[in-house]
Amino acid sequence: MRRLIKSAGLREILLPLGRMAVFVLGAGALMSVVMVVLALLCRGSGADKLLLSTQNVNIVFYTMANLPQVLIDGVTIGFVYAAIALGYTMVYGVLEFINFAHSEIFAIGAFAGVEFLIIMDKIGVLATSGTYGPYLYLTLALAIGMLAAGGIAVLIERTAYRPLRGAPRLVPLISAIGVSFALQDIIRLVESLTTGQFYRVIPTFGNFDDKILLFTIQTASAPIKVDIQVKSVIVIAAAVMMLVGLNYIVNATRIGKAIRSVAQDRDTAAIMGIGVNGVIAFTFLIGGALGGAAGVLYALKFTRIDPFVGFMPGMKAFTAAVVGGIGNLTGALLGGIILGMLESFAGAYLGTFTMGNFGSEYKDIIAFLILIIVIVFRPSGLLGEQISQKA
Amino acid sequence: MSLLELEDIHSYYGNIHALKGVSLKVEEGEIVSLIGANGAGKTTTLRSISGLLHPRKGKVIFRGKDVTKLAPNLIHKEGLGLVPEGRGIFPRLTVLENLEMGAFLVKDKAEIARGIEQAFTLFPRLRERAEQKGGTLSGGEQQMLATARGLMSTPSILLMDEPSMGLAPVLVDQIFDVIKELNAKGTTILLVEQNALMALSIAHRAYVLQTGTIVLSGAASNVAKDENVRKAYLGI
Ligand SMILES: Nc1ncnc2c1ncn2[C@@H]1O[C@H](COP(=O)(O)OP(=O)(O)O)[C@@H](O)[C@H]1O
Ligand SMILES: [Mg+2]
Repeated sequence: MRRLIKSAGLREILLPLGRMAVFVLGAGALMSVVMVVLALLCRGSGADKLLLSTQNVNIVFYTMANLPQVLIDGVTIGFVYAAIALGYTMVYGVLEFINFAHSEIFAIGAFAGVEFLIIMDKIGVLATSGTYGPYLYLTLALAIGMLAAGGIAVLIERTAYRPLRGAPRLVPLISAIGVSFALQDIIRLVESLTTGQFYRVIPTFGNFDDKILLFTIQTASAPIKVDIQVKSVIVIAAAVMMLVGLNYIVNATRIGKAIRSVAQDRDTAAIMGIGVNGVIAFTFLIGGALGGAAGVLYALKFTRIDPFVGFMPGMKAFTAAVVGGIGNLTGALLGGIILGMLESFAGAYLGTFTMGNFGSEYKDIIAFLILIIVIVFRPSGLLGEQISQKA
Repeated sequence: MSLLELEDIHSYYGNIHALKGVSLKVEEGEIVSLIGANGAGKTTTLRSISGLLHPRKGKVIFRGKDVTKLAPNLIHKEGLGLVPEGRGIFPRLTVLENLEMGAFLVKDKAEIARGIEQAFTLFPRLRERAEQKGGTLSGGEQQMLATARGLMSTPSILLMDEPSMGLAPVLVDQIFDVIKELNAKGTTILLVEQNALMALSIAHRAYVLQTGTIVLSGAASNVAKDENVRKAYLGI
């Protein structure tokens, strides 16, 4: 039976699905427990009294009632971070180098997909596309975002990184930062040339903004509805499919084996007949494509994008990759989910627990605080190997 | 025509002139040893042949073809196998996967299976370790794996870089027995060694490399008799 699963390649599909479930449930459960314990400790505090007077609920009930929604939001954004983080971690895996331009690759994917949808909207096909049409156009937008971002990633590798291979470590890093700024301005230029504005808003179409009601929690005052937006379901489903696909490519195909061997020992891989340049380019292609798809999904979820849209998600995803253990694909997934959850929890509860002194705008601090704590205690990340083991 | 021929190779690391005009030949069916002290340029010579380092001057002719400027994967395709210095085992791939990597360009599944079976016959220890990660093997086992992996593509020449390095004497004997056996079955071998005594005992011909130049060459038995070689490398 085990043999059968292995030979069918089914294992490489079920395994990442299992890991995702464990990570989501694990991180979600852990943070929920921490939150409830915090709430219990805060009984009778100012925050508790404030909630009682304004909303007629105590802090423990408030915390628990909000948990489902917070978890759903955390998972959604967590999967987006995971998809971006994989781009950082894959490139690091083969080149031991942080591709700081990845956040702009993400932005280019977002713009390409959104521009396509805007054009479709202008020629009127989006509005008249029926029930399933919007899904077709969204799929096309994702494909276009992936192609654009993957293509740009390959181009950047070829022109800005490959000539610097063998140079001191800092040199390609500087090149990446330069590419990152250059791309931001190129996007701004192109977008403002066409319409005079450099931000874009994804057209409203299909039923993506609808909410699916999951359940209702009865309270003394107004009942709390727990629902999930259709677009959140799409973001999660698309991200899960891509992450499984990537895992399959890396672990169960010939090119995947080539990627893994180049990551472990480039020279030896070359003398085994592997075209190292091709493998590195391919790594940029799929890492970039994942980032581009994440860009389109991000635009779908948050609607407005500008040339700097990649910066924060990029930083968060980079943090996720480091927290999980840079170079490790499963680590990027774990890191992304943890970061998404943290952000969602911080965004939802920070204001309440501090009686508005620290609002949800401080949620980003939490992400970077976690980065610092993790790298102080585990420099190689949660699932990373000890540096000394790296040959 | 020789199987492999180096004509006046000059190789550099940045400004360091590591090979200063190396010429050598390997004929089909031979074991040729390249000996020399630490830092003489033995590894650099093998890197220059296999495409990992492109010489700035000179030519590498393999099977009648100029491969000097080819990428390593293309030279490998021409039929060249390398067992690198320090073995170059993929630490996070299993023994079996490491072997499969050696046959990366082989399309025929049956042929790969035959190669693996042959590797396990040559080194029964590897069969016991088949599912173990390469990085967890002992030094001797890693050398066996690197050698077996180098053979997976049935190369017409196998370059071996210090296979005896860091191994217990029993294992060194075992590796050298395998080299002889492989050669008897028809594999041409270019053997780089600091362990000159052993290398000269199994080779047909030998070259002595000193700070980037060949200082002596000839039949292995003659090289072994040379006054300077005996003093410098054989400790006699
Ligand atoms: N990566 C490198 N960068 C700079 N110099 C190197 C490098 N590798 C080897 N060298 C130098 O080239 C010379 C030959 O080295 P090598 O071929 O490794 O010698 P051997 O294999 O005979 O011990 C030595 O002087 C060594 O210091
Ligand atoms: Mg050496």
